[in-house]
Amino acid sequence: MNKCVERIYNGVVKENPTFILMLGMCPTLAVTTSAFNGLGMGLSTMVVLVASNLLISLLRKVIPDKVRIPAYIVVVATLVTVVELLIKAFIPSLYDALGLYIPLIVVNCIILGRAEAYASKNPPLLSAMDGIGMGLGFSLALTLIGFFRELVGEGTILSGTPLSMSLPEVYEPVTIFVLAPGAFLVLALIIAALNALHIKNNGNQKVEGCDGNCCSCSSARECASGKQNGGGR
Amino acid sequence: MKELLLVLVGSALVNNVVLSQFLGLCPFLGVSKQVKTAASMGGAVIFVITIASAVTSLIYDFVLVPLHLEFSQTIVFITVIAALVQTVEMFLKKTSPGLYQALGVYLPLITTNCAVLGVALNNVKYEYVAAKMGAMGFVTSVVNGFATAVGFTIAIVLLAGIRERIAYNDIPKPFQGAPIVLLTACLMAIAFFGFAGLI
Repeated sequence: MNKCVERIYNGVVKENPTFILMLGMCPTLAVTTSAFNGLGMGLSTMVVLVASNLLISLLRKVIPDKVRIPAYIVVVATLVTVVELLIKAFIPSLYDALGLYIPLIVVNCIILGRAEAYASKNPPLLSAMDGIGMGLGFSLALTLIGFFRELVGEGTILSGTPLSMSLPEVYEPVTIFVLAPGAFLVLALIIAALNALHIKNNGNQKVEGCDGNCCSCSSARECASGKQNGGGR
Repeated sequence: MKELLLVLVGSALVNNVVLSQFLGLCPFLGVSKQVKTAASMGGAVIFVITIASAVTSLIYDFVLVPLHLEFSQTIVFITVIAALVQTVEMFLKKTSPGLYQALGVYLPLITTNCAVLGVALNNVKYEYVAAKMGAMGFVTSVVNGFATAVGFTIAIVLLAGIRERIAYNDIPKPFQGAPIVLLTACLMAIAFFGFAGLI
């Protein structure tokens, strides 16, 4: 049981897919115009992630090593189609808001990354827990980014949910925060704040070496040309 | 002709694939350290996306629509794209080693570039399909794919140019690494708003 809790802690805090690993950047920036959209995207991804981790872990001894990546992609694409049709049928407003980014969950590197790095080597229960942990971490990050962008850019809090509130009329919303540049800006500031916290806690040392984060890793290129076997995926 | 030109400008500049649609961010942030590698990545992306949008357009019009399987487009497209990238890689290795050398390492990475799948899905979403536009649907899809990829190349080469300059500056510690790159992208996205008046 301890291991399951450890998996969830790992996904939410230690290896948070958005803030630490910097995986799945496209939906992170594209759909976080409000906390509700961020949460919707996060939960859809989580459902796919848990199901794909579980299935791939169950199939890990059946899938031949050589064709594992195409096999994973087909499993994930099928699950994504299921989720897409479900959202279209039951939450049409969310479907309209997320649009193209629902089918694009297929190419979210978090899902293939966890399949390759964890589910293909571990038993089903732990893999599912890993999916829950990573999915929660991702949902939390997206909701957080969405919350800030919505607050500054629209002057509302949690609109689209029962807890909806809005700031007093005096506040003039800074529209650019819900447009494209705002996404980059908010993510940059959040990561910088986390970095500052990290530096404060651990002296002046920044963590060196590969942390699986190819997007911002300075040696990603050498990594990609040298070895294709892990880390970056 | 006029429509094609509009698609070209619209997809390359106005709705820039990276800076306003947020597709293909991983290579955009990851392979933009140097202008030279960024340009190679851009070349590989132009190559793959143009072919991929042609192939997926044909498959959609001649396989999925007649069989009423439109709902399975995500599965079909991603499988086709993954197979296509593999084929292109093997083909280039045999026929033009020079080009393979230049694009080589970037090709496998492109499979997980969401811009490729994004363009294929966008082509269907914007109805660049035979049912609506006849043969022009195919042409428009290819032009849209090409233009999107050109937009990606413009953005990644520009970012690489800026990053080469930034590398020698004294950046506050917390902003080193990813945050400063994201801030640069933010400013670029604001600058690209300027193109909105073009169409």
